[in-house]
Amino acid sequence: MLRHLIQPLDFTTEEFEQLFRLADQILENPSAYSDVCKGKLMASLFFEPSTRTRLSFESAMYRLGGQVVGFADAKVSSTAKGESLSDTLRTVENYCDIAAMRHPKEGAALLASKYMTTMPIINAGDGGHQHPTQTLTDLTTIRHYKGHFDHLTIGVCGDLKFGRTIHSLVRAMNRYDGVKFVFISPDELKMPQVFLDELDPQDYTETSNLKEAIKDLDILYMSRVQRERFVSEEEYLRLKDFFILDKEKMALARKDMLVLHPLPRVNEIHPEVDADPRAVYFQQARFGMYIRMALIMFLLGLGGQND
Amino acid sequence: MINVSKIKKGLVLDHIEHGKGKMLYQALHLDEVEDPVVLMQGISSTTMGKKDLIKIETDLELDYTVLGLIAPHVTVNFIKDGQRARKMRLELPEVVEGVLKCHNPRCITGVEHVHKHKFYLVDPETATYICEYCDAKTRYE
Ligand SMILES: [Zn+2]
Repeated sequence: MLRHLIQPLDFTTEEFEQLFRLADQILENPSAYSDVCKGKLMASLFFEPSTRTRLSFESAMYRLGGQVVGFADAKVSSTAKGESLSDTLRTVENYCDIAAMRHPKEGAALLASKYMTTMPIINAGDGGHQHPTQTLTDLTTIRHYKGHFDHLTIGVCGDLKFGRTIHSLVRAMNRYDGVKFVFISPDELKMPQVFLDELDPQDYTETSNLKEAIKDLDILYMSRVQRERFVSEEEYLRLKDFFILDKEKMALARKDMLVLHPLPRVNEIHPEVDADPRAVYFQQARFGMYIRMALIMFLLGLGGQND
Repeated sequence: MINVSKIKKGLVLDHIEHGKGKMLYQALHLDEVEDPVVLMQGISSTTMGKKDLIKIETDLELDYTVLGLIAPHVTVNFIKDGQRARKMRLELPEVVEGVLKCHNPRCITGVEHVHKHKFYLVDPETATYICEYCDAKTRYE
């Protein structure tokens, strides 16, 4: 059956585990996988620019020995001439074996996937809606350092109201046993009720005090606070430094607490934290590439399936 | 009192909220039905104060998904040989296909034609549905 990855929870935890194991194997011995996708072509369809994500996907495909065609901006694609998305994708399906697609409109990847008969689609971001490979990247990083997800306490800090990567991460982590959440944000940017409703009330706490909360965490997931979310410049200035992670706060945390961040950061993590071995946000990008390699192989039926 | 005779066969849509009968008539395209159709408005009701009612003398089947969405508390009486053969209470459908529209300006369905656009019921209290593409909430109005 043709599979796609459109939303983070399209895959079961067992399937996630197969992907993580495959990514581990690739990490241990990359040369053994350097031509598993030889002769395969990936379409890299970026209807809006996102250099970071695009490079990760393209590097992943090249490192598997495959090749890539595509575009980095809708201005150069046929949609600029008014072609419908479904027509573009149905044409591409004749050339390529798999597609990574980013689009400014919400639901674009799901729509495209409905027209496919042979080509798996990976949603590389659909507007502010879903970004499943970011979630996979976050989970891979946690699993690499912690070895498991069960019974971890994860603090998420920053813009919890609009932060899509946070919403997906919380949903994905909530599928594991005994995971506790600490939501750290100013009142204005609290976790929306719809997401809280999905959790057991015993499994989460809400606070606005990072300094206080950091002591009990296994993982601290930091996120950006964007200027355009605020009604006024004043409000933004008042809240932007609300939760800055610095050396002083890190000194209060556990020796094995991890700090993650989807990047790019603005000023929520002071550069002095970068040298701390617990700060793994730059390593995250590397795991992102390896899990994309595993995902491409999985969707092409080249590995990861119950092995 | 106007005398509207009992129908021999067909459907009686009862307990329509007063004032909604005409809307239902239009939404179900009953003006295009060639069989006799009667729309009655403002009938006194013991439970509802006033209600509307529609009688259709037909063998046709209605789209009960659409009907359930527009008027979830309507009772449908199926009439056969002048007797009520069956009675059905409508409910809000769990999934609605091709009736609702997504109002989220960032949704792909605003720029690309979609066939059989699905919406899922998330809150029966307020008859709220979410778009299968962008998860934005919407209601029938
Ligand atoms: Zn929508």
